[in-house]
Amino acid sequence: MSVPARAAALLVAVAAVVALGVFVAVYYIGGASALPTVHFAASGGQANVVLQEDPQNNSATRPDWVSYYVQDPSSKQWIHTTLFSVPANTKVNMTIYGFDGCTPLRNNFWGQVQGTIGGTVTVSQFDQHGKEYVTNDTTSLINSWSDCNVGHTFAIPSLGVFVPVASPNAKLSANNLCSSSPCTTSGNPYSLETFSFMTPAQGGVFRWQCLIPCGGGYIDGNGGPMQTLGYMTGFMDVTSA
Amino acid sequence: MTSTEPAAEPRHGLRLLVPWLVISLAVDLIIWFVWKPHLPPGDLSSSAQHQQFDIAVLAVSGAPVLIGVVGYFIYAIVVWRARPGDDSDGAPIHGNTKVQATWIIGTSAIVLWLAVFGTVELIGPAGAGAGEGPSPIWQLAGKQTAVWTPGAGDMLQVQVIGQQWAWTYRYPQFGGMESSQLYLPVDTPVEFHVTSLDVIHEFWAYQLGVKADANPGVDNVAYTEPKAMGSVTVRCNELCGIWHGAMFNYGEVTTQYAFEAWATGVQAKEAANGVLAALPAYALTYDPTVIPQLGENLVKVDSITGAAGYYYPPTDPVQP
Repeated sequence: MSVPARAAALLVAVAAVVALGVFVAVYYIGGASALPTVHFAASGGQANVVLQEDPQNNSATRPDWVSYYVQDPSSKQWIHTTLFSVPANTKVNMTIYGFDGCTPLRNNFWGQVQGTIGGTVTVSQFDQHGKEYVTNDTTSLINSWSDCNVGHTFAIPSLGVFVPVASPNAKLSANNLCSSSPCTTSGNPYSLETFSFMTPAQGGVFRWQCLIPCGGGYIDGNGGPMQTLGYMTGFMDVTSA
Repeated sequence: MTSTEPAAEPRHGLRLLVPWLVISLAVDLIIWFVWKPHLPPGDLSSSAQHQQFDIAVLAVSGAPVLIGVVGYFIYAIVVWRARPGDDSDGAPIHGNTKVQATWIIGTSAIVLWLAVFGTVELIGPAGAGAGEGPSPIWQLAGKQTAVWTPGAGDMLQVQVIGQQWAWTYRYPQFGGMESSQLYLPVDTPVEFHVTSLDVIHEFWAYQLGVKADANPGVDNVAYTEPKAMGSVTVRCNELCGIWHGAMFNYGEVTTQYAFEAWATGVQAKEAANGVLAALPAYALTYDPTVIPQLGENLVKVDSITGAAGYYYPPTDPVQP
């Protein structure tokens, strides 16, 4: 092979490697950053954030993964993302709809509510007919090992916020869980959980995650949706005024 | 008739030795008295103090070697370089028994010294803050008691539990209470029992000079004794998933009485809100697939946990 031919082959090979790198960067890194961020404004020093967690999701690639959704405060549409922003030094009133079934905590210590105002959450549970069989139970502990009633957790470790998210009653909701996301409260068993916490005075980006091993099909249940932004882990962007 | 005598060779050894001694002494003094107090990981605990001492000793031992090698190179380049216009051959090289013997004896002495010093510094501080496995050979002195009492010289037992992606700590001498914060009393021997509930992590309490692998199903024991009050940064030092880099929290070394007040306070709170009853009985390792409170192995009773609720064990197949 002549020298020009070898040089051309080398250039083509280098170009192919560079193109592959660019594709990976754009497809994966760029794709991750394409997740929408839902912005919550404060009113009277408070912001109301609404989430739901589902047994599945409406993505094209991983529809069988469990997932969180964030409700847009203006349109009330459910957005398949785990990125949201809230103002600094604000009382965040969280509402989480739990549509997924229970999974016992790997460490039942995380059943203890930590970092919320008052150290408690308030839980209601409904069956698929809308019947409320637990009403506004304010508690500092949801024991997932006693009757399996924790679906996921919502944790912001660097703020010390660790909250177990109740599931619908395990025995009453078996085989009746929501099967189409985003789930609705009509015709599906669910839990409704509320709690509040303060955002720090200074802005910053805080990761949040689920501490339940809920990544089915992955070792210890901690792969897949547990390690993918947009499913069971995300960021809370605290913005300074 | 005249004869030209070759110029007498200067005493190269002496010309190298004297500056080497002076510079080495100066550098070693600087290392010991100026640099050592700032060397990592600080002096917050007995193991950290030993590690700081070890690094300083290694630096003091290594500096003369470095200075000697670099000094010789510089000397050779300056003194034995070829002058402009000098195209003659170099002097023939012969073996020099004295140089060879000095080199072999010197390097052997350094290696043996490091081996002896390293062994002493591993045994003396009871494993040097590293995990010794479930049956530690070297143990820190301290009374093993069921209840820890300030001022009594009791060993404080702290279980470190790693899980994706957070650390928690159990204190068996305080009813087995668990906390997401690491609190330790000053001047108290501490026995860490490090384990994991899922994958391999590594407990690295930087300022304490403690580093121990957290393996699922394994009790890895490490010792230290906090010597001063201050903050401790705890990091995971084993790549363990997406949030490995964020798997850290902070601890605090406080007075013995402040620690006792904190520990009894957490114990009382967790007894009141039911957390203590919800936790498994304290054990050196845990099998998280067995939930005693439900009376069954949950892996086998997924019907209880609902359609999507299933406990995923390590044997769960990994999807492609």
